[in-house]
Amino acid sequence: MSAAQASTAPPIAVRSPRARRPSTFTVLRLELRKLRSQKRTYLGLGIAVLLPLIFVLAQLLRGHPSHAGGFIFFAHITESGLATPVLILFWASPFFLPLIASLVAGDVVANEDGNGTLKTILTRSVDRSQVIAAKAMTAVLYAAAGAFTMAVVATLAGVASWGFHPVITFSGTVVSAPKGLLLVVAAYAVYLIPLATVASIGVMLSTLTRNSAAAVVGALAFTLLLALVKLIPGLEGAGPYLLFTQFQAWQGLLATPTDWAPILHSLWVCALYAGPALIAAYLIFLRRDVAGG
Amino acid sequence: MSETPAAPAREAPASQAPPPAQHASAAYARRDGGIDGQAPPVLARGLVKRYKEVLAVDHVDLEVRAGDVYGFLGPNGAGKTTTLRMALGLITPTEGTVELFGRNPMRAGAAALHGVAGFVEAPRFYPYLTGRGNLELLAALDGDGAGGRIDEVLDVVELAPRAKHRVGGYSHGMRQRLGIAAALLRRPRLLILDEPATGLDPAGMRDMRLLIRRLAGEKITVLLSSHQLPEVQELCDRVAIVNRGRIVYEGDLGDLRRQAGRGYGLHTDDDARAREIADGMPDVEVSGQEQGALRVHGPEEAIGALSIALGQAGVAILALSPELASLEDLFFRLTEEGT
Repeated sequence: MSAAQASTAPPIAVRSPRARRPSTFTVLRLELRKLRSQKRTYLGLGIAVLLPLIFVLAQLLRGHPSHAGGFIFFAHITESGLATPVLILFWASPFFLPLIASLVAGDVVANEDGNGTLKTILTRSVDRSQVIAAKAMTAVLYAAAGAFTMAVVATLAGVASWGFHPVITFSGTVVSAPKGLLLVVAAYAVYLIPLATVASIGVMLSTLTRNSAAAVVGALAFTLLLALVKLIPGLEGAGPYLLFTQFQAWQGLLATPTDWAPILHSLWVCALYAGPALIAAYLIFLRRDVAGG
Repeated sequence: MSETPAAPAREAPASQAPPPAQHASAAYARRDGGIDGQAPPVLARGLVKRYKEVLAVDHVDLEVRAGDVYGFLGPNGAGKTTTLRMALGLITPTEGTVELFGRNPMRAGAAALHGVAGFVEAPRFYPYLTGRGNLELLAALDGDGAGGRIDEVLDVVELAPRAKHRVGGYSHGMRQRLGIAAALLRRPRLLILDEPATGLDPAGMRDMRLLIRRLAGEKITVLLSSHQLPEVQELCDRVAIVNRGRIVYEGDLGDLRRQAGRGYGLHTDDDARAREIADGMPDVEVSGQEQGALRVHGPEEAIGALSIALGQAGVAILALSPELASLEDLFFRLTEEGT
């Protein structure tokens, strides 16, 4: 600003204190805008795009179906392209998709804390509760976007390679291609339950540790290492209550008749993980000192 | 160091007839309805912040009145920024309270920040967004049509030509200016600025001073934390000097400079006779002669009596002026005491 300009610019009127405050939806929209503008966002989505393509390419190069792991869809991969998204979900659900979810969830608060922008947004007209709610929703939406991207790419690549044909279920029954597509969509939707839980844990760790790397790794470690608990003698019975186990709940949809039990079980088990994590994130964020930056 | 009299910011144009304090309070009362229009912009009482063994802020009492350009001074680590963070609700006081226009940020949350803007330490922005993008985002967080003022505030800080560039490529000075722009989006009644001129070149510092002076002229109360003593001396009418977390002085800067001043400089046409007369007065002391002026000390009444006595004795007074302590003198005197 020039000296003349600083002294002669038009008056800046005083603000009315009864101004309408922005809604949490507005804060969410701004969080999504920030998300779209950051490179790390596309790293996760890039993984979601590349993995199915690599997978399909590898199967095409091999030229014959596999019976790896006894998973029925491996044997039928060349019979219908709709088997591909199911196989990808089976393969990516324990690690890759939680990794994608953690990338943003673990970074969403800690990054702003480290860069000092948290103080910038917390001195505007929005409450801390709105900010943490928007950040948690952003993390969950990003996790969903990662899974959705992977599903779409896998389906398109699979159908392009092996056609839109009827697909077999876990029970050995064959369902039509349209119904098979619906089941694929439903399977990914059910998988979002534990994936959103991973995101919730990531947000909590991001708020608690104020360190992106620690929160990303921590969320993954919590998810994966806890799976080892059931290997401890005497704790074998803990298996059904581990978050890791809930990653397979979607398979109940691909049985005939549909097996709802693991899905309902996953719902309440995940709520037991996500609920306290989100409450902790909320309380920590509300009470914390923003002293960085 | 500039010897410009304190409180130039009060030199408002004639069109802004009411005194700043009265005008701002009246405007606030009119706009706020049920809220106490008489509450000062900043009122801290017994403010304490302790980090384990470290007492960062030690029972700070602070009152910034409407219309003030209030300087908040202290050496590094004195607790200035911690106090400002508590004022903005960024950190929780260990003890005590701070209120902005009568509202406690720890209780009222964002509602307490209505009409308040500023930054603590360096203003921070999203480096991957443009300057305009950052302001758009912050304006959306402000609501109240702040988005419509983006062009205006960019013009004020002269960043319009660089508004489409990413903030990651901005210089420190540009970020400071963007910080001011972001604050102005909120059309504040109270502007809290923490070291706004730090890192700016001389021209940038001058422009920043002019901008602050202009904002003060528009009835915006300014709480200015600064290491730039000439800046504070030029802009501020009231100050708090903080050392080791404690306020060692709070009040009118002019009073402080007068109290701490070294006396009066007296130029006459007959210094020998003048000294003789002064020596004969019980409340007046002559400490010597410097740069052609007698240095005399005493209460205002005694100095007045001396000037009358000199006139009656036929000694012409060429100049009689109080020698104000410079802010730098005061700052070091107050902050180095007891260290």
